[in-house]
Formats: sequence, C-alpha cells, structure tokens
Amino acid sequence: MSEPIDVSLNRLAEGWRHRHLLNLESLSPEDITIILDVAEVLIAATKSEGRKLSLLTGKTIANLFFENSTRTRNSFSLAAKRLGADTIEFSSSGSSVAKGETFIDTAKTIEAMGVDAVVTRHGTPGTSDLLAQHLDCSVLNAGDGPHEHPTQGLLDILTIQQNRGSVAGLTVALVGDIAHSRTARSNIWGLKKLGAHVIVCGPATLVSRKWEALGVEVAHRLDDILPRCDVLNLLRIQFERQAASPFPSVREYALLYAMNAERMRKSKDNILIMAPGPINRGVEITPEVADGPHSVILQQVSNGIAIRMAALWLLLASPTAKVVVAKPTESTKGLA
Amino acid sequence: MSDDATWLIEHGRIIDPAQSFDGVGRLLIHQGRIAALDPNDGELPSDVCRIDASGCIVAPGLVDLATELGEPGLEEDETIQTGSQAALAGGYTSIACAANTDPPIDTAAAVEFVRQKAARADRSRVHVLGCLSKGRRGEELAEIGALVDAGAVALSDGPGPISNTALLRRALEYCLMFDKPILDRPEVTSLTRGGVMHEGMTQLVLALAPMPAEAEDLATSRDLRLLETTSGKLHLSSISTKGSVELVRRSKARGTEVTVGVRIANLCFQDELLRTFDSSLKVNPPLRSEEHIRACVDAVADGTIDVITAGHQPRSLEKKMQELDAVPFGMSTLDTALAQVITYLIEPGRLTWPRAIECLATNPAQVLSINAGSLRVGQPADVVIIDPQAQWTVEPSQLFSRSSNTPLLGQQLQGRARSVWVDGRLKHDLGAANHPSSN
Repeated sequence: MSEPIDVSLNRLAEGWRHRHLLNLESLSPEDITIILDVAEVLIAATKSEGRKLSLLTGKTIANLFFENSTRTRNSFSLAAKRLGADTIEFSSSGSSVAKGETFIDTAKTIEAMGVDAVVTRHGTPGTSDLLAQHLDCSVLNAGDGPHEHPTQGLLDILTIQQNRGSVAGLTVALVGDIAHSRTARSNIWGLKKLGAHVIVCGPATLVSRKWEALGVEVAHRLDDILPRCDVLNLLRIQFERQAASPFPSVREYALLYAMNAERMRKSKDNILIMAPGPINRGVEITPEVADGPHSVILQQVSNGIAIRMAALWLLLASPTAKVVVAKPTESTKGLA
Repeated sequence: MSDDATWLIEHGRIIDPAQSFDGVGRLLIHQGRIAALDPNDGELPSDVCRIDASGCIVAPGLVDLATELGEPGLEEDETIQTGSQAALAGGYTSIACAANTDPPIDTAAAVEFVRQKAARADRSRVHVLGCLSKGRRGEELAEIGALVDAGAVALSDGPGPISNTALLRRALEYCLMFDKPILDRPEVTSLTRGGVMHEGMTQLVLALAPMPAEAEDLATSRDLRLLETTSGKLHLSSISTKGSVELVRRSKARGTEVTVGVRIANLCFQDELLRTFDSSLKVNPPLRSEEHIRACVDAVADGTIDVITAGHQPRSLEKKMQELDAVPFGMSTLDTALAQVITYLIEPGRLTWPRAIECLATNPAQVLSINAGSLRVGQPADVVIIDPQAQWTVEPSQLFSRSSNTPLLGQQLQGRARSVWVDGRLKHDLGAANHPSSN
C-alpha cells in the first residue's frame, strides 16, 4: 500500500545529501524545494491513505527540549507518529549547569537509548550544531535561541507557496523583533534562496541597517511598506529575550506595528497574514485580523506537521539516509 | 647534565632586542648566567657543552604578563606545576600568575603560597600579580603595600576590567609609591553583559549575544585619560579593537607612558570562526573581525602595541562542554602562542623576528621591571632556542597544560621552542639538539 508513495518520494529525494537539518542558511534552493515537494506528497498521502503512514516504522525519534515549547514539540511528535515512528519525550528547562550535567551528556544519554534522530530545542545558538558534532544520530534543530528554526521557515514558505503558487518575486515583510528571532533568520535565508524580496521591519533597536548586508530591505515604519507587501509575517515580541526593553511600551509598539483593521485597508487586496505563534493578540495582531479572511495562521500550523514529516523522512528514510555513513563533523563543514 | 653546566650555543641567529643584537653568533652560559655573547675560543671554559643551533633562533626566554594558573581553587583547569611546564614548552621562562584564583591573590599569604608552589614545581619562573582590590570586588583597594612586599610584581583585578573609575584613579595614584604597574583590560561591561562574541555580521547571523567594539574603545579612552591625569603606571593588558589602537597611538604621540598588550588569539583568529560554535573560541576580548585584527597586527609592527601576550586561560573540558551562553571565557595558549606568532605573523611576513622577540620577551619584562627578557652579559641565563621550521600538530597529548581548550587541536603549526634554559639550567629540550658534551 505504501509502495507507490515510496517510489515518488525516493524520486523527489534524489538530490538530498544531508544527515542533519540545522539551519536554512547552508541549504541550497534545490534542498529547500525537495523538502517542500516531499511535504506536499505527504500531505496528499495522509489525506488519501488515512492519517498514519508506515514510512518510519521501527525508527525512534527523541524530542530533546531544553526550552519550553508545546506547539513545536507536539508538532514534531505528531509528525513522527504519523510516519509510524516511536517517540521519546525529554524536556528540561533551566540550564544544564544547574543539573550538573552538560547538555551534550544529556543528549548522549538519550542517544544511547537507541534513537535514530534527535529533535532539539535550546535557548542558546549553536546547540544543535554542537549536538550534530557529538552525536552519531541525525539532529533536527527545532530552534536554537534566536539563531535558526529551519522547520518554521520551511512551513512559512510552504504556506505562501500553497496560496500563491510560488514565493519567487513576492514581497514578504517580517515584522517585529528581528534581532531576537530565529523565525526571521530562517525565513530570510529560505525566502531569499527562492527568489522573494524580503523586508525586515521593526523598531530601530530590534533591526539595524546592518541587516541590509544579508540582502534584505530594512524598514522601521510598517505604514511605509504596507502597500507593497504580498505577505506579512508578524513575529512575536520575545519579551523573554530582552535584557532591557528595546521600545518604550507595548502600547507604543502596537501603535507602530500592530496589524489591525485600519492597516488591512491600506494593504493589497490579496495580502497574506501570517504569524509563527504563539500570537500576542492586541500586540502584533488584532483579533479581527488574526481571525479574518487573509489570515493563514492555522494553515501554518497544519503545514508544520507536513514539513516536519518531510524532514524526518528525508533524514531517516530517504535513499541518502540509507547510504551515508555517520560522519559527526559533516554538519559544521556545511555551515562554513 | 649537572645544573651548573656550561653551555655554548653555536651557529644560531641570536636576537636580543634589548641590546639591538641580531646576528649569527655564539652564546655562552656559565654558572647560571649569560657569560658572553660571541666569545673567542680562548675565553671558553674547559668543560663546555656545545649546542648546535643551526637554522634556529636564539633569544631571551619569553615573558608572559598574566597567566591563569588555576591554583589555588581551580585545579581542574590548571595547576602551577602543569601551567609552568606548559610555559617552558612554549618557550616562556617567566610568567606572571594572574590573581583570579579562588580565593583571589589579595593577601601577602596568597602571594607567598603561589611563590612556594612555583619554587617546588621548579619549572619556569612564576611571578605573582596581586589583586588591585580586596577580593577582586572592585570596591576597595587591596593591601597593595603588603602585596608588593610579599613579591607581587604588578596589580590586576583581571581578567575582567576595573569598572570602578574612582577606584582605578585612586589606585593609579596609590601605586606611584611602589612603582608597580596596574594591569587593566578595558571593557565597559554594561555594553557587553551576557555577550558571547564580537558584534558584527557573523554575530548577527549566528544571533549570539553581542560584545560591541565600542565597549572596549570607551574604556581605553577612560584609562588613558586617567593615566594622563595621575602620571601613574598603567598597562592595558589586552586590547583588540581598531578604536583602541587609534586611541593608544594618539596618546603615545602626546607622550603618555602607557604600555599596551594584545593577546595572540586576537592577532590570529577571526570572529567568523565561531560559525563552528567551538566553545574554545569564546574569549574576552572576543575574536574580532578582519579590520580590527589588521589594525592590531599593524600596531604590533609599528610599536603602538608593546606586548604580545599568550592570554592563557585554561578551562576544563566539562566547563567548555556547556552551551555557549554558559561557557566561561578562555583559551589555553601557553603551549602554542609562540608557534602561533611564527605561523600566523612571522611566516606570512607580517612581523619580523626581532620585533616578535621584543613583544614576547623584552617589553613584557620591562613592563614588570623584572630581571629578564635580555641576553646581556651577567643576566640570569633564561634562554630559548626556537626552531622556526619545526612542523607539529596540536594534539591534547602534546599539550602540557591541564586543559586543551584551544581551537588549534588537529591543526599543524610551524615553529617551536626546542630548548629552554632557566637560570642556566636546561629545563625543556625536545632532543632535536645535537650536543656532544665535550670540548
């Protein structure tokens, strides 16, 4: 029954060469396209063949979360289960120092239980890269501090693609706390590689002119760019990552950046409103916009499962995954 | 070979910037002292061990200004024994033990402890830095007179900066009585709190917490201004920014008697390297971008920077295996600093040998006013033979430091200390030397 889907997935995955998914910065446009295409096939398959596939039967995936998360963790768990894999959950808030064990030792312990992939989230950039260097199994980055959150970037792109056919040529604005946003970084890399024009928009304390070096447009006033935007991705203000408040008040932030009914009227008729969530209603988005006809926020959530299924399948069951011998340093070379 | 043997080092290129000497010649070590530079055969004692230093550099033993030796309290990182052995292997005959031990070296007894331990280890010479403030808390002056009486050669609250401006001003005035320098590493910590790496494009992409260059520039400016007011004795122990270099250059042009050091890591390694997230690259001052490195290298060459310091900060593996936010700053460097100078600066033609020796031996000895860093006749014979061609691969088993937190593991370096004498005693020898012990 799963024979035909195997064949089409294997054909799509011919060019795939990665053992880990750590960031979008080091992926090629072809890599990104493969993940998106595999996700589409898996969406179709889960619809036609029922929710459960058996593509990863016998595989075990560990969710290793050093930072609080419900949404992403559940999304990864569901993705694994829908492919027939077993999952182990490990979560630990608080630093490893407090526990007297390094996060690398924690991960090695979990790996020794016999897992094929570790999905990891941590508050510090680079932790997934370090795990990829120290572990033999595949590592999926589910967010390393403000650095990257590759599956979030991919699900955002998939959502745009489903609504617009392609992201190439579109103007996509990322609005909010750019400096502290892993979603922003992963979106920028992914969108740029696929040919979108990216605007990063936020208070000058949270997005500086330096970002232009990444090939993006920098804006500080949402109203100035709004009429040009095809997609708005409204990032959450990361209150927990701020050492000192980068803007005077939430009210002032909402005044300058909140997407509300009035701003909707100044936007393109077919504008897409996205948010990686969890959303702060009334801060970056008002309820009528979040729940309005342009909002694809819930579609992003369901696409998240598809993207994570695609990533897990590519790392664990694609033709490459079956040949590649464990090389613990491969990931870092890819980064440089 | 007996401790008071007589040695004749022949055929090497002798470099002693203190005497402006640079030429192939012979160096005689007798009874623990430099006995002669280029002696005639007639002047030689009868029983002399000849050392062939062909193709090698013969120089005064290197001097390091602030070396973390881990003892007391941080023995998991280093001990006085392992640290002073690593120093020898790296060509250093004198090091100055940093005061950030646990407890810190803020009493005469603590100075005495380090000196006794060092005497027992009997490797490189170990001088002691005393704390500038009680408990290194940056509030009240430590008992500087007592520390100096016990043998402290300089005062420092390092590796962190002296943030309390009033304290620094008072200390500069107070230390005038003792003619001892204060070592400060300039940094405005409110701009770097929680920081992991140099603020710049690499940092923006990696999203690691930033340490902006101006945090150093501002503190350098403050330190220089206080020095001009007090006419005290100040050594900026490790600067790393283009801005600091320019400030120092201007201040020196006005006649300020400041001395300045730079860490070898800040001359060799770019912030870009942190893309590997290798925790051994987390250091303070942080690894900077190319323009800063270029400014520092130029400043070493033109004399604006006086001292190249190893900046040895050994950190045990378990400390460095944490996430980058939690990892302590530090790189283990004593074993490799000389080879880094050769590989990254001398070989590519960015620094001359005489200038390198000046920055590694002559000048640091002068900063501390210690009897070292020169090959003058009558000086204690602290001598290093450097093989500038030796190729070696950095491996943990090759390092004498207890900690191997260096990004150089697995890499090949060029140049190495081949033989090292302290007080006329051959204390480190790679055995490459061919010394028929007869006359």
